[in-house]
This record gives sequence, C-alpha cells and structure tokens, in this order.
Amino acid sequence: MPVVLATDVLLWLLVAAGIGYALYCRGRAHLAAPWARVFRSPAAVAAAVVLSAYLAVALADSLHFRPALARNAEGGARGYSVEVLSVLDALVPGLRTRTEKTYSAPLATRSFAKEQIELPGGGITRDFPRLRWGGAHLRDESEWAQDVAWRTAKGLGLAAVLIGFAALALRALRRRRPEVPWHAGFLAFAVLAVIFCPAFALAGGYHVLGTDKVGNDVFYMALKSVRTSLVIGTVTTLVLLPVGVALGIMAGYFKGWVDDVIQYVYTTLNSIPGVLLIAASVLMMQVAMDRHPEWFATAAERADAKLLVLCAILGLTSWTGLARLLRGESLKLSELEYIQAAHALGVRHGRILARHILPNVAHIVVIAMVMDFSGLVLAEAVLSYVGVGVDPSTSSFGTMINAARMEMSRDPAVWWTLATAFVFMLALVLAANLFADAVRDGFDPRVRVGEVAPAGAR
Amino acid sequence: MSHPALAIEALATRLDSPQGEVRAVDGVDLELRRGECLALVGESGCGKSMTALSVLRLLPETGRIADGRVLLEGEDLLALPEAAMRAVRGRRIAIIFQEPSTALNPVLTVGRQIVEVIRRHTALRGRAARRRAAELLAQAGVPDPARRLDEFPFQLSGGLKQRVMIAAALAADPEVLLADEPTTALDVTIQAQILDLLARLQSERGLAVLLITHDLGVVAQMAQRVAVMYAGQIVETATREQFFRAPQHPYSRKLFDALPGPEKRAAALAVIPGQVPPLVGEFRGCRFAERCDEAIERCKWVAPRMVELPGGHRARCLLREKGPAAAPGEPTVVASRRAAAAAAGAPLLEVRDLKVHFPIRRGVLRRTVGWVKAVDGVSLDIAAGRTLALVGESGCGKTTAGKAILRLLPLAGGSVRFDGADLAALGREKLRRLRRAMQIVFQDPYASLNPRLRVADILAEGMRALGVGASEAERESRVAALLEQVGLPAEAASRYPHEFSGGQRQRIAIARALAVEPRLIVCDEPTSALDVSVQAQILNLLRELQERLGLAHLFITHNISVVEYLAHEVAVMYLGRIVERGTADEVLGAPKHPYTEALLSAVPRISGRREIVRLAGELPSPANPPAGCHFHPRCPQARAECRERWPEAVRLSRTRTVACVLYRSSAASSI
Repeated sequence: MPVVLATDVLLWLLVAAGIGYALYCRGRAHLAAPWARVFRSPAAVAAAVVLSAYLAVALADSLHFRPALARNAEGGARGYSVEVLSVLDALVPGLRTRTEKTYSAPLATRSFAKEQIELPGGGITRDFPRLRWGGAHLRDESEWAQDVAWRTAKGLGLAAVLIGFAALALRALRRRRPEVPWHAGFLAFAVLAVIFCPAFALAGGYHVLGTDKVGNDVFYMALKSVRTSLVIGTVTTLVLLPVGVALGIMAGYFKGWVDDVIQYVYTTLNSIPGVLLIAASVLMMQVAMDRHPEWFATAAERADAKLLVLCAILGLTSWTGLARLLRGESLKLSELEYIQAAHALGVRHGRILARHILPNVAHIVVIAMVMDFSGLVLAEAVLSYVGVGVDPSTSSFGTMINAARMEMSRDPAVWWTLATAFVFMLALVLAANLFADAVRDGFDPRVRVGEVAPAGAR
Repeated sequence: MSHPALAIEALATRLDSPQGEVRAVDGVDLELRRGECLALVGESGCGKSMTALSVLRLLPETGRIADGRVLLEGEDLLALPEAAMRAVRGRRIAIIFQEPSTALNPVLTVGRQIVEVIRRHTALRGRAARRRAAELLAQAGVPDPARRLDEFPFQLSGGLKQRVMIAAALAADPEVLLADEPTTALDVTIQAQILDLLARLQSERGLAVLLITHDLGVVAQMAQRVAVMYAGQIVETATREQFFRAPQHPYSRKLFDALPGPEKRAAALAVIPGQVPPLVGEFRGCRFAERCDEAIERCKWVAPRMVELPGGHRARCLLREKGPAAAPGEPTVVASRRAAAAAAGAPLLEVRDLKVHFPIRRGVLRRTVGWVKAVDGVSLDIAAGRTLALVGESGCGKTTAGKAILRLLPLAGGSVRFDGADLAALGREKLRRLRRAMQIVFQDPYASLNPRLRVADILAEGMRALGVGASEAERESRVAALLEQVGLPAEAASRYPHEFSGGQRQRIAIARALAVEPRLIVCDEPTSALDVSVQAQILNLLRELQERLGLAHLFITHNISVVEYLAHEVAVMYLGRIVERGTADEVLGAPKHPYTEALLSAVPRISGRREIVRLAGELPSPANPPAGCHFHPRCPQARAECRERWPEAVRLSRTRTVACVLYRSSAASSI
C-alpha cells in the first residue's frame, strides 16, 4: 500500500518544478545564457553529478509504502505492516534488517565489546562474539581477507562496466555540446562508481561502515540521512522564498511606511538568536503533537510532520537575508527609468512588480537559493545535535553526530559513525557550495570576467 | 630636441571578446609635440580611449598590444619592463579621466592622494611634499588649497574634483598629459573653467596634451592640431585652422553636418547612416565606405592609405588622391521659418508656480529637518505642435520639474493644467486615464528599457494598461506601425533590448511613448547619451514626429546647440527657478539675464571664439540656496539689492520675461 508523506510530495513537486523551469528557460535566450555559463565550469559539472547522485538516493527514499503482510490463513482482508518503507529500503533490503546487538567496526566479523559466550563444549568464556550478520557467511574467519578482496573486485568490475557506459555517453555528449566540460562530470561519476560499487558489493555480507550503539548499519543510516538533508535544504527554501521575495521587493518598491514596517520586522527577527527562536518553536510544536497522537496514523507520518514543521520554522526565521538583498536591489530598480516609464504609462503597481521588478531580481533569488542550501543542511545538523531538530526516529546527519559524540571518548574510540556523517555531509555541502559559486558567477553580471560589452551589437 | 614629446607608431591593440578578437586600435600613428595640444576626435567605440590606455600600458585584462611602438622622447615604452614603466606613469606621462567622482579614492583625503604621487616620483617628503601639494592645488585653481588638502573627495563638487585630479596629474611635472574627455561629465560653465585651466597649464609648462574628446566645440577652443579617429584608425590629421576650414575626410565633414545649430533650423540634420562597424575581423576596403555617401566602387575593395595634402594636412581617403576638397559652403541661414510660424494657439499645458520639495531627514527618528527646494515656483506654457526647451546646468531641477509635470513625483505646490484639467488635483484613477495624453522619453536608453521584455511587450505595455486598442491583434498591428514610424524593422518586435544600439533603443523608447497617442512628450535629455551622428537621427525623428502628429514637446537639456536647432521657446532655469523665458530667437540671440549670458558664452563654439563671461564658483546646493536672487554670488553684475530678495519676473515683451533687477526700471517704463 503506497503511503504518501507530505515531504515526499513536496520533494517530487520541487523536482518537477525544476524540470519545468529548465524547459521554460530553454526557449528564452536571456534565461538560458546564465545557465550555459554555469555549466561551462568544470567544478560545477562535477558538483552537479555528485548532487544528482544524492538526489537520486533522496528520491528513491521518497517513495513510501507499507509492505503487505503474509495473508492470514483465514483469508479475509489483507493486512499491511505498520512499518512504512521506502523504495530505497526495498533496493537494499539487507541493510535495514540486519541489525547487530551493538557497536561493530567497519567490515568486522566480531562485535566491538566483549561478552560472555557459552562454549560449545560447555563452560563460559569472555570474548568478542561473532556478529549475527557481519561476515556470518564465513565458515572460518581466516577466509575474511580473501572474501573481502573478492567482493571488492566484483564491485570494481561492476564499476568498470558502468564507467564504460559513461565513457560512451561522454563521447556522444561531447559531440553534441563541445563547450561543456563533460570530462569533469565523467571523472566525478567514475570516482563515485569506484567508491560505491565495492561498498554495495561488500554490504551484502558485512557492515561496510560498522554499526552503531543499537546495532544499526551505519552505511544504511547515512543513506537515509541524505533524504533528510535534501528535504531540509530544498523544502525550506519553498517556505522562505515567497515570504522573502514578497516582503523584499515590496519594501524596496513601495518604500515609505511599508518599507519601515518590513525593515523593523526583519531587524527584530534577526536580533533574536536563531537557535533560541527555532528551539522554542520546535518544542512548542512537539508538545502540541504529543498531546494529539490521533493526528497521525503511523509513526512515520508523525516523524515526517515534524520534519515538515522544522522546515517551515527554519524558513520563517531565515527569510531575512534574502529580503534584505531584494529590498536593496528593488530600491535601485524602482528608480530606474523603465519603471518610471511604466508609471508614466499608468501601469498598476501589481503589474510593475510582476513584470518589471521580479524578473530583474530573479538572478539574485536563484543565487540566494543555491547558496542557502548548504547553510540549511548544516543548520539541520546543528539543531539535531542540540536535540531540537528532527524526530529521533528520523535518521539525519545531526542525530548521527549526536549519537556518536559520547563514543569518541571511548578507548579504542568508536570513530566510524562520526566519520561517516562527516564525509557524507562534507561531500554534499562541498558539492553544493561549488555549484553555488558557479551559479553566482554565471548569474551575477558584475563578475563576468573577460567579456567586453558588445560594442554596438548589430 | 629632434624627437617629438610622444610618438605613436603603427600601434595596434587587440581586445578579446566573446565575439572574437576586437581590433580596438589598428595601426595608429600620432605625433605629439612639446607644448602642443593634439585633439583626438571621434565617436564612442572608435578606439580613442584605448589608444591612451595603450600608451600607458594600462589596458584591461583582456587587452594586449599586438604591434607598434610608443616613443617617449625617442624611448620605446612598449619595450620597457613593468617596473620601469611604473616610473613613467605619473612621472613623465599623466592621465586624467572623464569621471572625477570615481577617479579619486573616497576614503583618503585629497592631500594624501596628491602627496602619494609626489612621494612616488620626487624627493620631496613630509612638510615639503605637503607644501608642494598645496601649491599644485592653487595652480589648478582650487580656492583655499591649504584647507582643501584635509578634505575628503565627497566634500568637493565635480568641478573641484576634476581640478584635484589635474593637480595630482601634474604633481611630478610630467611632459605629456593624456586628458580623456576631461570635461564631458561637467557642466558648461565648469567646463569653460577647466578648459581655461588646461590651456593655461599647457602654455605655462610647455606640456604636451593629448586631448580626447567627441566635442568639436572643445576642439576648436583647445587644440593646435586635430586627429580624427574612426574604427580604430586615424582618418585625418590637420592643424586646427585647416580642419575647421576644410575637413578632408568624408567622416569629418559628416560630423560637422550632423552638429545641430541655429543655422540648420530650417532643414533636417545630416545624418551618418548606420553606426561604427564592429571591429571584429578583417576589413577589406575603407572602414567608412558603408556609411559614406561619396563612396565609389573602389572604396569597397581598396583600403585607403593616408594621403598627403598641401600644408601637412593628411586624410585616409581614396577621393583625396585627386586633391583636396573645397571648403564646405556656408550653411545658408534661413530666416527662422519655424519661428515665423510662431504665434501659437492656446497653450496645451499651463504650469503655474510648480514646486517640488524633497525632505531632508536626520537622526534616528528620521525627522524632517529641512527641505531641498528642487523646483521652487516654475511657470511654463506649451502649445500643441511647439517645443519648449528647459535649459540649465545639472542640479538646477529641470528633470525634477519635467517629472513633476507628469506627476511622477509628488508636488509641493502649484498647478499643472493640461488641456483644462488640473493634474495636481486629480485622484489616482482619473490621473491614470489622463496619462495617455502625456508621455516621457528618458536620457539613458540603457536604463529606460526593461531588459527582460521583448520590444513588442515593451510597446504594448502602455496600450494594455491604458486600454488603447480593442484587441490583442489590433495592438500587434499597432506595434508594427509604431516600429515603422520610428524607423525600425518590423522583426525588431520579437527581439530583446540588449540586441540594439543606443540610438535604436532611444527609438524604441520614443515608440513606447507614442504607443498611447500622447499629445505632450517630455523629452528628458534624450540625446545626451548618444553620439553626434546618432543624436542627429533622433533629433530629426523627434522633429518629424512633431510636425506630423502635432505633438507638444517639453525638451529638457543642457545642450545649447540642440536647443538652437529644435526649440521654439526657451526657459532658462537656475536653482529651481526660471530666470528667463522667451522665444528661441529672443533668448538665444540676445540673452538678457546675466546667467543666460554666461551660460551661452561658456558653450564652446566651432566657429571661432567669443568672449566668455566667466562665472566664479559652482551651482550652490538647492538645500541651502543663497538669499535673495539665487544667482547673485556668481553674478558679475550683482548689486546690493540682489542679496535681499528674489526679483519678480519682468515682462519685456509679449513672449519674454526675465527675473532680474537690471530690467526692472526699463520694464516699468515700457508697461
């Protein structure tokens, strides 16, 4: 039975909107040109490949369903599990269910902590027990190295096949669009393939990145966290954008008391410490949800609602930066002569805002959106770490870090949870930042280096 | 002493652009002698500034010098290492730029910026350097130099900033001064002061000046020799007398013809069709052939070389191989036919005592502590089919007045009657309907069109807003008709503004105004951002449209020659008030108000010089105008009573009024 969560809908809608925007831009030279400039940067192309890998994971994780239970012997209505799964869970079934008792190191065959074990011959000893799943298929642990090598080789073989296909695509793409640095994207794809194909091959028999305190596979948790990050990063802008854009351009265009009121609102909002405001709002919502358990059919829906509320709160507290930028730009634009000409032609305010101001600040909106993304991903991690972020049942980089922080002081340290969250988040934020830089360079007319204004074009 | 101060030989500068390699300077030869002022003349985009920047090796990042030599006293600057070049810049060759407001560092005092140059290039330090800086400022005509040294650029007016720039340029006593449009950003009365200063410094110090300008009037006043540049090449060099008597290159002759002036009132101005060709790629024939109406078949295939003519006059034209051309005939002065057709009907627009005040706010609570009286009691009348020119220097409030008449700015007082209806009293909705009848054309064609809209949408916008045209199809056909009316091809409708040149954009702006069938058009300096040849096209268009459609024009400008050519009536504005009003012949032919006199005499003329009435100082701030007659601190004929109160306007004839005490007695007797 498919389950439709609110954030799923929003995420897919955003993807659809993105595709729609791309198609809209195609026919319009002045909109397509800056994007063409973005994709002339090798870093941007590579970053785009990495981001689309993240996006693919998040989208696979955004199709939810409740698996059918085995039919009761008595027949009758078909039952569905209370657990809500996603397509991602179905694609990597083992990762979710193969939980250990507690910590285990990456690729380990034995637990990280000693336990009392009953010997087959009777008697009890204290040793590191074999894991329930990790390396359980090995009859003898001495085969470990051989097995790991064999699985890695299989993974690399698969990677080679994929890279081969990509190389064919590269040749075709190069011929069609020689100005785009496809090789950078190809390189990024190759690196991803070389890392992840062996990882998945190994994941069949081992915990590639170890397990956490309650025995969950860390690799699986990292994959699940990707969706949370992307939802926070994109859905928040959906909340932030209308507020920031509307208030920003109204303040800049109408000036006078409208400007005063909006400025006071955002100055006040900016003066309240962000974390404090968000913590207070999140806790209030949490209390409300706890008091009304009847609002939600499943735990997943509840967790999802909390995620959505977090997005809304983040959005409503972080529109000020965008509004301030747009106010400044609209102030400048509203003095421009074409706006005055529109006044002289008796064009109404709404139309001037929609036709003259908005299209001319669109580049700032695009730049701000892309640049905000990584900030929001990081903000989520901080909030979850503090404990006011997402639902504890939702996997996110912040909750992973929060869970791992105590274990760093153990000896030997349990480093893998923290390291995984760190590497996954770093890759995402770095790719987003590189892409954002390219977008800014492509859209901002002031940073157009090395181009001379066409002297009397035509 | 065998070497000229500066010799440029076969200089070629290339710029990289997305369209390809631009040959910005393509084989330029120039010779600048000691104590001489050479004017480099040409329209924008022909490579004048690039030549100057190439001499100093200060090209933008995408530029490079491909060929040629630049000899300073026989030493090739292009062969020098960069470190040695730094010792040349400022020390031996100095440059002053067009825009004084951006050429000075706003966070350093004037003194530090001049002392910086002195320290770099001379042995003077500390007190001595400071004393030298004060001396330089005094030489550059800055009053009270010792105090000015400690001021910041924002405390200085535009003219003073340009003087500071000149002082800094002269700090190390250079041999050559490159002046890149040094007065273009300044008002005529200030321009006259700066040109005087440059001429004096040049003769006192034996400075060689390369004066880059597009203004033939400035050339006539300043230069000993003239070089005309077109599309990256020098097309003509001559002494000033030769050049102004009989220009030899067709381009130079066209430049003269395109200048508006009183003697050309009767006819349309000569225009140079098309525009400067893009400098990407090779040229086969003469670069001007496409726009030249004397071109012969051979011009298309043979690149002309410089032809030596008698008296050292040289021109790059195949036609001159047969010998020099005769001096152009004196333009026949037609007794102002248009002025004779005067005696206009009832005024379409009557402005009475118009006031626009802007609040000055201070403090945390933004309390209003005073008012800038940008327009303070302006009265005008315009009849249908007539052009009233509102003339004045920048900051006098003429643009504000124009916008206030259209109620684009809130009025502080007065009435604006348009065809009987008082605009000042109308509500928003009624005013919206009246907007059809009044339109505006702005100065900057690059800022006045929305870059995100297609031309068709730009033109249709007003029609949609004001309900002109019954259906979308009708509007579309009107857009096509409008484009034709302003001389643009029909396919322009589906293009975006950035695809057009400045002149074409101004045509689109005019078409936008015409779209709603107005009866009055306020033209706010519509040609001041354009080149002379393009200006001629736009002036012709405006005049033709006026004659065909019976439009009334309020023409706001500071360009006196445009006024002489176009206007029926003239109103001269100073600091928010009109000082003199009358028909064009009356005001321009025999100015009465001392300010009008000074303004007209400060305009550089191509036909000889006349005695300039020098005005001291600059336009005071309208926030704090002088008591009494606003003009009295600068007026050469000021009396004691001028300080006491504003002189009421005196009617000298049916059409003419002057606001000056000098005429009170005579007027009293005549009435």
